[in-house]
Amino acid sequence: MLAYLLRRILYAVPILIGVNLLTFTLFFVVNTPDDMARMQLGIKRVTPEAIEKWKQQRGYDKPLLVNSAASGAGKITDTIFWQKSASMFAFDFGYSDDGRSISREIQTRMMPSLAIALPTFLIGLVAYVSFALLMTLFRATALDIAGVALCVLLMSVSGLFYIIGGQFLVSKLWHLVPISGYDGGMNGFKFVVLPILIGVVSGIGSSSRWYRTIFLEEIGKDYVRTARAKGLSELRVLFAHVLKNAMIPILTGVVVVIPLLFMGSLLTESFFGIPGLGSYTIDAINAQDFSVVRAMVFLGSVLYIAGLILTDISYTIVDPRVRLS
Amino acid sequence: MSFMPVILWSDALVFLLLASGIATAWYIRRREHLLLPWRRVAQSATAMVSLLVLSLFLLVGLLDTLHYRAALPKTNGGETVYSPEVLSVFDKLVEPLRLQTEKTYSAPFALTLYAKETMSDAQGNVLHDYPRLRYGGVYLADVSQRDGDVLKRALLGALGGLLAGLLIALSSRRWLAQRSLPLRAMLIATLTLAALTGATTYLASAYHVLGTDKVGQDVLYLALKSIRTGLIIGTVTTLVTLPLALLLGIAAGYLRGWVDDVIQYVYTVLSSIPSVLLIAAAGLKMLVSIDTHPHWFENCAARADLRLVFLCLILGVTSWTGLCRLLRGETLKLRELEYIQAAQSFGVSSFRILMRHIMPNVMHIILIALVMDFSALVLAEAVLSYVGVGVDPSMISFGTMINAARLEMGREPMVWWALAAAFGFMLVLVLAANLFADAVRDAFDPRLNRTEGGA
Repeated sequence: MLAYLLRRILYAVPILIGVNLLTFTLFFVVNTPDDMARMQLGIKRVTPEAIEKWKQQRGYDKPLLVNSAASGAGKITDTIFWQKSASMFAFDFGYSDDGRSISREIQTRMMPSLAIALPTFLIGLVAYVSFALLMTLFRATALDIAGVALCVLLMSVSGLFYIIGGQFLVSKLWHLVPISGYDGGMNGFKFVVLPILIGVVSGIGSSSRWYRTIFLEEIGKDYVRTARAKGLSELRVLFAHVLKNAMIPILTGVVVVIPLLFMGSLLTESFFGIPGLGSYTIDAINAQDFSVVRAMVFLGSVLYIAGLILTDISYTIVDPRVRLS
Repeated sequence: MSFMPVILWSDALVFLLLASGIATAWYIRRREHLLLPWRRVAQSATAMVSLLVLSLFLLVGLLDTLHYRAALPKTNGGETVYSPEVLSVFDKLVEPLRLQTEKTYSAPFALTLYAKETMSDAQGNVLHDYPRLRYGGVYLADVSQRDGDVLKRALLGALGGLLAGLLIALSSRRWLAQRSLPLRAMLIATLTLAALTGATTYLASAYHVLGTDKVGQDVLYLALKSIRTGLIIGTVTTLVTLPLALLLGIAAGYLRGWVDDVIQYVYTVLSSIPSVLLIAAAGLKMLVSIDTHPHWFENCAARADLRLVFLCLILGVTSWTGLCRLLRGETLKLRELEYIQAAQSFGVSSFRILMRHIMPNVMHIILIALVMDFSALVLAEAVLSYVGVGVDPSMISFGTMINAARLEMGREPMVWWALAAAFGFMLVLVLAANLFADAVRDAFDPRLNRTEGGA
C-alpha cells in the first residue's frame, strides 16, 4: 500500500512538471513580459522606461530560461523560469500585483471556500443519491418519467440563473437571508445557507440522472435477480445490494473533486461576496493579475492529482477485491 | 453593386461545418446500415419536436451568418464606398427592430419609458412624468387602448402564422407520408411554433415585445442575435475537438507503446488543470495578444469575431481530452477483435485498418459526445462571459446580455426583462438540444438493448 502510494506520488511529478511547463509557456512565451507590461500600463504612449520598471518590480526583467550574464548556478536560477515557475513546486507562489503574499492569501481564503463547498458537496451527494434511488425504485412508472423530465429541465437551466433567481427570490423578495456577505464562526450561518442551497439545487439535474443510470445498469445484473429470488424486498435489494455495488462508479466521479473543494466555486463566491479562493481567482482574472492566476492553475492541478490518488485508495475501502500493489 | 459580401472568420467556419454536415448526410443517405439509427431518432416524437425548435434557431443563426456591407450613397460620381458597418441578412430582415431604439429602459409592451423625466408640454408647463416612447405603440392615444390592441395583434399574427404553418404542413404532406414519423406531434409543434412566430412578428412591428435595455435597444433583437453566438460556440468548437480527439485517441489505442504513453501524458496534463482555470488563463493571454496587436483587425466587428473564433479554439483545446480518453479505451477493445486481427494477418497497413475498421466502429461514440457537448458549451459561454474571458463585450451574446442586465436587479422596481429573455431563450435552446441529444444517444448506443428489435 505504502509502496503503491509512493509510486503514485512519484508518477504525479512528471504531470506537475508538464502543467508547470504549460503555464510557463502560456504566461511567458505566448505573451512576453513586455506585452503584459504594455497591457497593464496602457497600450499607447508607454515609455520603454515604464515597461522596464514594471518588469523590474515584478522580477520579470530576467531572461526566460538561461541567464548567460550570470555565473555558476545563477545561469539557471537567475531566470524567470526558475524564480517564477520552478519555485511553485515548493508552494512558493510569490506576490500578487498589490504586493501581498499569494501563499498567505490562499491560507486565509481556504476556510471561507470550504465553508460553502464542503456542505454543498455533502448535502448534494446525499440528495442526489436519494433522488436517484427513488427514481430507480419507481423505474418505468410515471413517477420515474416525471423525475427524468425534471432532471433534463433542471440541467438545461444556466447556472447563473440559479444564483440570480435564488438571490432574488430568497433574499430580495422574502428577506430571509442577506443577499451577500460573509462572517466567520456561527454568525456566518445566515450567509452560507443560500449559497449552499443554490449549489445543491443547481447540481440536482445532471447528477441525479447520472446516478440513476448507474443504478439502472446495476439492477439488470445477475446478483440482483438472485437477491430477488431469495425473496428480499425491493427496498432491501436496492439499499443493501445495488447501492453497495454502485459505489465504485459513484466514487470515481465523487472522490476526485474532494480536494478541489478547497478552491471553492468561482460563480457562487463572486455573486455572494464570499472571500474565498474562487472570488480571489475571479478578481485576479478581472484585474489581470497573472501571478495569481498562474498560482491557482498550479494549485488546482495539484489538488486534482491528489484527488486521483484518493480515488484509488477509496476503491480499496469499498471493494475488497481491489488491491493496490 | 449595392452591397459587398463579407465573410468573417466565424462565417467561413460555419460554412465549412455546414458543407461537411451536408456531405455526411449525403453519404449516410445512401447507406442503409448507417441510416438505421437515424430512422430510430426520427421515430421519437420528442426528438423530432426538439429538432423543429432547433432548426428554427438554426435558421436565425444562419441568416445572421450571411454578412455584408451596404453601399453608401454615392457622393460625386466616384467609386462606390461601402459602409464600415458589417450587417447580416438577418439584420436587414428585422431592420425596424434594430433601428427603432428608444432612449433607455422600457418594459415589455410599454408605451412609456421606465423612468420619469422632466419635460415641458405644449403650453410650456413643466411636468414630471413618464415620457412616451419614440416607437413602441406610438399610434395609440393612451394606455387604455393598449391591451385590446395587443390582443388583436397577437390573435391576427397567430392566425397568420397558423395559416403559414398549415401551408407548409400541407405542401410537405406527400413527402412526409412516405416516412414513418411522429406526424401528429410534428404537426402540433409546427403549428405552435408558426403561431408563436407569427404573433411575435406582428406584435414586434408595433411594440417592444421584450422591452428595451439601458441604451434603448430592443431586447428581442438582442436575444435573437445571441442565438448565432451560442450556436457558433456550440458547433465550431467541435471543429477543434473532433480532429484532436479522433486522431490522438485512436492512434494511442491502436499503436500503443510510446505513442500511447506520450498521448496519455499530454491529456493527463491538460485534464489535470481545472478547465475553468485553464480557459481563463488562456483567455487572459488571448486578451493580451488582441490588445497588443490592434493592427491585426480591420474593424471592430472583425476583432469581436476573431475573439469568438479564438474562444472556440481555446474551448476546443481544453475539452478534447474526455472524448480522446473514451476513443482510446474503445480502440483498445476493438483492436483485439477477430476482424481486426484478420486484417492484420492479411497485411493491411495500420493506416488502412484505422480508417476502414476502427473509425466506423467508434463513430457512435463521437456523435453522442458531440451532441451532448453542444448544450454544455452554450451554457459555458454565459459563465465565461461573466468571468470576463468570454466573447467580446461588443458582441451580442447570452453572456453579455446577462452580464449587462445583472446589475439592474438592484433597481426598484426591478428591470427583469433582459435577464428573463436571455435565460428563456437559452433554456429553450439548451433544452431542445438536450432532448435531441438523448434521442440520438438512445438510438446509437449499442449497449442499450432494444425491445422493438430494430427495423
